[in-house]
Amino acid sequence: MTIVAEFQIDHRQILAPDGHLVAPLPPFAADVDAVVAMYEAMTRVRVFDAKAVNLQRTGQLGTYPSSLGHEATHVGVGAAMRPEDVLAPVYREYGTQLWRGVTMTEILTYWGGDERGSDFAGPRHDFPWCVPIATQTLHAAGAAMAFKIRREPRCALAYIGDGGTSEGAFYEALNLAGARSLPVVFVIVNNGWAISVPVAAQTASQTLAQKAVAAGIPGIQVDGNDVFAVRDVVSRALETARRGGGPCVIETLTYRLSDHTTADDASRYRSDAEVEQAWSLEPLLRVRAYLRRAGAWNDAREQSLLQACSRQVDVAVSDYLQLAKPSTDAMFEHLFAELPAHLHAQRTTARKYAAKPSGH
Amino acid sequence: MAHGWEMQHDDSVVVIGQDVGANGGVFRATAGLQARFGADRVQDTPLAEATIAGMSVGMATHGLKPVAEIQFMGFLYPALDQIVNHMTRMRNRTRGRLSCPVVIRTPHGGGIHAPEHHSESTETLLCHIPGVRVVCPSSPARAYGLLLAAIRDPDPVMFLEPVRLYRAMRQDVSDDGQALPLDRCFLLREGADVTIVTWGAMTLESLRAVVALEAQGITADLIDLATLSPIDSETILTSVAKTGRLVIVHEAARNVGVGAEIAAIVAEHGLYDLQAPIQRVAGFDTIMPLFRLEHDYIPSVQRIVDAVQFTLAA
Repeated sequence: MTIVAEFQIDHRQILAPDGHLVAPLPPFAADVDAVVAMYEAMTRVRVFDAKAVNLQRTGQLGTYPSSLGHEATHVGVGAAMRPEDVLAPVYREYGTQLWRGVTMTEILTYWGGDERGSDFAGPRHDFPWCVPIATQTLHAAGAAMAFKIRREPRCALAYIGDGGTSEGAFYEALNLAGARSLPVVFVIVNNGWAISVPVAAQTASQTLAQKAVAAGIPGIQVDGNDVFAVRDVVSRALETARRGGGPCVIETLTYRLSDHTTADDASRYRSDAEVEQAWSLEPLLRVRAYLRRAGAWNDAREQSLLQACSRQVDVAVSDYLQLAKPSTDAMFEHLFAELPAHLHAQRTTARKYAAKPSGH
Repeated sequence: MAHGWEMQHDDSVVVIGQDVGANGGVFRATAGLQARFGADRVQDTPLAEATIAGMSVGMATHGLKPVAEIQFMGFLYPALDQIVNHMTRMRNRTRGRLSCPVVIRTPHGGGIHAPEHHSESTETLLCHIPGVRVVCPSSPARAYGLLLAAIRDPDPVMFLEPVRLYRAMRQDVSDDGQALPLDRCFLLREGADVTIVTWGAMTLESLRAVVALEAQGITADLIDLATLSPIDSETILTSVAKTGRLVIVHEAARNVGVGAEIAAIVAEHGLYDLQAPIQRVAGFDTIMPLFRLEHDYIPSVQRIVDAVQFTLAA
């Protein structure tokens, strides 16, 4: 008997939970302003996210999936991507989206039940939020195929959750990416839970990164609460892909500190002790500690940042709350490039029976 | 040929599917294209229909115009998630920021002694979905013109190609780049006594029925629906106003078939023009049988003739 294939999955960490370096500093982190920028972005999205949850609880926003705990993964990925790259999100990755130019108001508008939220003013080429699980991975692969055919030095990056890696579309996307050597990076955000189903019940695979092995592409695991490691690993993967070196799967280990969405109550299926333990590993803590130790952060700056974030969030919320309900024409306007004749009468009917505008 | 014309004039058009490259497609619809345009623009995909549809979404939203082949309509269903949830929705979802100029071509219907699952006509599933056109040509010449129109259309089109027509009809087609209009019926025959609406391979039986009826002094407007969604109601209603009788013929099963929608439209807007109940000649509400019974399933010329006679006797 001969061994014909073997595999190995590496795990990367640079910043330990207490803010100490356990590996050499990556080049971008040598610039302390760059680190501060990431910390500010992580704080900003956390402040925004808390406000969004609050809006839902007060009847001013629809069901909302919180990104609490995922800030290092999301900001690390955002900072690693180039503007001309294309993001295919799931529906939780606001840190990445805000970094790339999606606005807080757009995020609220979408979860507030209005398609205008997906008409990003910023990254016009990014995919919108994707509810059907794992289907976005094939979109990213298709965009990467377009870049390859057109010889554009651009990459696609698709997010997917731990639960999503059970879907057929995920396996198909990895397979296509590998078989055609596409410039696409898949980021599996393993936050431990697919609503109420823990990863152990999701798969027998020891890591999720190793699902790449079956597709013949590299897979690597990274501490998802370590923004240095996330940005470093994702940057390298994107540059490899951009150079024609093919796709990659990156599994980031993090924890969903919130409920799955505001319609969920995680206390029904997981212990307070587990959540408390996860809080001790949370991503903002370690970057803050690192910056303090480096003499680049203090209480005054923290307060100033929190106030600035609050003000920014308040403006975004105000803009969102003032957005008037769209006219019924909105249902017809973008169905096709040009509305077919048979729908003109329906559009008129919809106008006639338009429901009274309701508040948020 | 339509592929070749459009690919020559628009370098954003690419062809993908299983066996579309060197093999030229199992019905030879893409023969010669890879040699002409290269393996980047004419690609064999891995064996995965959701992949074909999903990557089409990604390609189309980023500057390409994919013409994707699903090898048989019976294999379309894994692709429906991508078609229904994304391809038909991306423009609406993003307020026009992203859109999907995709054509998905697939062989439609039975009658060529094919194996199980190779003889499907489930167009109703697609017609019910907003945001997509469903087109079914009835001849090689109309397939050429309609496929050009479909490729040029900025929105998704499901292009159903009747398998019997690949082999049954030899027809000279002028490779002139002329598209036919979408959303329009074609009047294949003009007459006074009855309106027959049909599409796809059933135009063959319907034409033979019309000829048989003419021998009995009965003339018909024979309407090829061509675009199954949206339906060109105007042409149908104008014809029924003239003839007063309507027979709808489709291979697909009767229950909630596209014939039901046509009948509802005529009942809503042309009731007082009718001199007899509407007749639907359709496949039975059974599974398409394996091929030893397929010609018992597919509506026969006699069934169509009898249906017309019924409307005249009513």
